[in-house]
Amino acid sequence: MKTLEELMAIRDKTKQRMTVREDTGDDAVRVVVGMATCGIAAGARPVLNAFVDEVAKRNLKGVTVTQTGCIGMCQYEPIVEVLQPGKEKVTYVKMTAEKVAKVVNDHLVNGNPVAEYTIGTVTK
Amino acid sequence: MRELSLNILDVAQNSITAGASLITVEVNENTVDNSLTIGIYDNGSGMSKEQVESVIDPFFTTRTTRKVGMGIPLFKMAAEMTGGGLEIKSELSVGTEVKAVFKTDSVDFTPLGDIASTVVALISMNTDRDFIYRRSVDGREFVLDTRELKTILGDVPLDTYEISEWIKDYITENTNELYGGA
Repeated sequence: MKTLEELMAIRDKTKQRMTVREDTGDDAVRVVVGMATCGIAAGARPVLNAFVDEVAKRNLKGVTVTQTGCIGMCQYEPIVEVLQPGKEKVTYVKMTAEKVAKVVNDHLVNGNPVAEYTIGTVTK
Repeated sequence: MRELSLNILDVAQNSITAGASLITVEVNENTVDNSLTIGIYDNGSGMSKEQVESVIDPFFTTRTTRKVGMGIPLFKMAAEMTGGGLEIKSELSVGTEVKAVFKTDSVDFTPLGDIASTVVALISMNTDRDFIYRRSVDGREFVLDTRELKTILGDVPLDTYEISEWIKDYITENTNELYGGA
């Protein structure tokens, strides 16, 4: 059974690590998941979870996963935008939890956007 | 929506948009009369009487003024399809209460689904707000309060991965306990 004592142990472990993490600086990557009614109904929650899981598993520093409202193209939800300073925004559409691993690996880790999932390719 | 927990995630976003600092999500099941009551209560900006009426009707709202859109109508429909219903009580600058009752023995009852993921998503994406999650089954209940968690965690943020995992497991285990430790 999970207990509050266990939470305290996690806190202490995390604190030790936090000092290392603070210097992520300005080159932070933002992954933004559309979480309005349209996004949620289309499956945004598992997509959001998959990003959070994958980023944590790979221990990626300087990547934050956040949410936003309706991006305005409800038929292409779940939509995920990847924002990186100095680079053009990449918009992924009709995302699934399965596609997330590839986006994290190819795009976030290796810097190559997954063209086949982007809005430019899907809406052609 | 395939799961009521997704409706909860959606409706709770309205509370966040309304600037609420404390949002309570309640899920109460009564296995004797086969009902499930979901409440989402906030201390946000609240709504006028007219606004309350308009959020229930998806076609009344317009794009420029709308804050709620399809969220409430979908939630209401899900409740009414089972023979239950939805009510909203709201007061300007006090807050809003959304309460929906579902009949769980109806063939049109949508399962609650992955409520732990909904609660974790709400907490980890809005660490500047506080959440209370209260779950009860036939009067037995457990409560998760982020204010309590924050006291324990100090300056360790609530959106830390390990914390999110702990919250998810905590909810899952306590829920199983409510159902007799299955």
